[in-house]
Amino acid sequence: MDFGTIIEILDSAVRLGTPLLLACLAGLFSERAGIFDIGLEGKMLMAAFFSGAVAAVTGNAWLGLLAGVAGSMSLAFVHGLASITFRGNQLISGVAVNFLASGFTVLIAQSWFQQGGRTPQLSGNGRFDPITLPGADAIKDVPFFGPIYSNLISGHSILVYVAFAMVPITWWVLFRTRFGLRLRAVGENPESVDTAGISVIRMRYTAVAITGVLAGLGGVYLATGLAAGFVKEMTAGRGYIALAALIFAKWRPVPALGATMLFGLLEAISNRYPNIDLGVITLPIQFMQAVPYILTVIILAGFIGKAIPPRAGGQPYVKER
Amino acid sequence: MEKTPKWVDVALIPLLNLLIAFVISGIVVLLIGEDPIKAIKVMVSGALGSPYGWGYTLYYATNFIFTGLAVAVAYHASQFNIGGEGQATLGGLGVALVLLAFPWPHWSIALIAAMAGGAIFGAAWAAIPAYLQAKRGSHIVITTIMFNFIGAAVLNYMLVNVLRPRGSMDPATARFGPATHLPTFHDFPLVGQFFSKSVPANVSFFVAILACYLVWVLIWRTKLGFEIRAFGRSESAARYAGISPVKIVMAAMLISGALAGLMAINNVMGEAHRLVLNSVEGAGFIGIAVALMGRNHPFGVFLAALLFGFLYQGGGELALETTIPRELITVIQALVILFTGAFDNMLRAPIESFFVARANARKEA
Repeated sequence: MDFGTIIEILDSAVRLGTPLLLACLAGLFSERAGIFDIGLEGKMLMAAFFSGAVAAVTGNAWLGLLAGVAGSMSLAFVHGLASITFRGNQLISGVAVNFLASGFTVLIAQSWFQQGGRTPQLSGNGRFDPITLPGADAIKDVPFFGPIYSNLISGHSILVYVAFAMVPITWWVLFRTRFGLRLRAVGENPESVDTAGISVIRMRYTAVAITGVLAGLGGVYLATGLAAGFVKEMTAGRGYIALAALIFAKWRPVPALGATMLFGLLEAISNRYPNIDLGVITLPIQFMQAVPYILTVIILAGFIGKAIPPRAGGQPYVKER
Repeated sequence: MEKTPKWVDVALIPLLNLLIAFVISGIVVLLIGEDPIKAIKVMVSGALGSPYGWGYTLYYATNFIFTGLAVAVAYHASQFNIGGEGQATLGGLGVALVLLAFPWPHWSIALIAAMAGGAIFGAAWAAIPAYLQAKRGSHIVITTIMFNFIGAAVLNYMLVNVLRPRGSMDPATARFGPATHLPTFHDFPLVGQFFSKSVPANVSFFVAILACYLVWVLIWRTKLGFEIRAFGRSESAARYAGISPVKIVMAAMLISGALAGLMAINNVMGEAHRLVLNSVEGAGFIGIAVALMGRNHPFGVFLAALLFGFLYQGGGELALETTIPRELITVIQALVILFTGAFDNMLRAPIESFFVARANARKEA
């Protein structure tokens, strides 16, 4: 395998890892605030559809982005209503959100575009084009650094850079601001936050809304960055892989980057080499596709470090009277 | 404090939730520019208007009874088994392996063997998440989700690389022997001439009804069932009473997985007569809605499964006769899960306080 191939695989790992990263950080905010979110898949799918549809109609990817985030936010609101206001089961609510998105997107896509549940092909300003970073063309031919900078680092859509920037921002917000301290406290010990005179309900709704925005960006990237338009069920389990990555990263932002890029790399490798010959045995493509899920089960079982979720996660908060 | 009457809990609230789900679905149909009244007519006549429709409705209902019971049994032990899809997939593999391994002389013997195969494979696929939950505290919901995906990969591998007959491009097993084909409603005496040959509803429907009865006996008439319910109500109290959490979680999840795996006698053995990719077609997930709708009671599960069988078949007809895609059923399913599950308190709290206030007023009078 030559250097050029490695760069190509890493480049596609970044592309495939980006939606996972955005969804993973989305889940991070929600779960740190004590709201389990297995509805990431649905939020991404909804955002992918609305961004694809509006970008197709208006020819403007930015309007698509707004519509996509709004679609994801509406599901975030449903989840918030169920798990915060009505104190319902958060897991059941997440399941419902996923089905809602899965059915809704095809239903509306079919009635708008009559193309079997997809949106028209996006082109021009309807897509987020790759951005060429300054100097990328100039140093293209410099050995080693040239290809890394011009092929791997430069040449992605703006949402990829946003996703990467979100990692330090998330870290800073959660661990260096008063808001972050409160948000984490709401997920660990909501009673104490309530005692301090801060509204648990408002904190949790805020966290769920941030989740809606980030998961929405992940879906928008799928439809208007990675692909050119929305296709039925285009998230294809990425929301669940993001959830797996969140557990893998033990609910921390920087490891989340590592986990999602690792899963992106696995996908990139299995796309390029369907069967990997290790000499002794050949790893089939089905195994490569299942690796993220298998790793998550192993992590959850505590065989590699222990993944301990926020303590109040999954429990509705009932104010004492 | 006064309790709400039982009929409110088991009938009124679920029906109101269902009504809300249907009204919202109707609004969705209106928004996409179709007529909801016409949609309902098409669904009713497509699912119930002919023996053909009935045959499909009951065929789908059979699947949903098994997966609904699977979710319900686990739920009594406060385990949310979201892995019915994977367990039913692996159940299909078990059924196919049993049926292909031996030239079965008669369907009745083959059915018993296939039931064992489906149940054992389904239970085995639930056993790992159950063990990890009971012994190592892994979250059952997350592990069963992961096992759905791993199960899909296992099936894909088995069909593409192991079970596919030589020379075939199709990722599917060979056809099962004709002697293993289950009698369909067409083959039954008396009602036989009423149902046409192509109707897929088969003898598995009666196995499903038997399963409902046996689950009822298990949960409400046996010691294990009592322990499962006690554990589901309060883990700490059950532990204090000497009930082993590991035993209960394992028992409930194994039974749950076995029930999900049993579904394969209907779709794999009874209908397709071979194992294909994605033969479960989301029935594992519909089981969640069915169990919620049926209040985790076998009789409720039976009724809810009939309702979803109707929706499934009616939705298929809808997609054929109108421009409404069959994904409308997915939306209805989502709304049922949302309102009967997650939004349960929305109606329950005001309705319960209404009945409590009424009872108190009567006492004072």
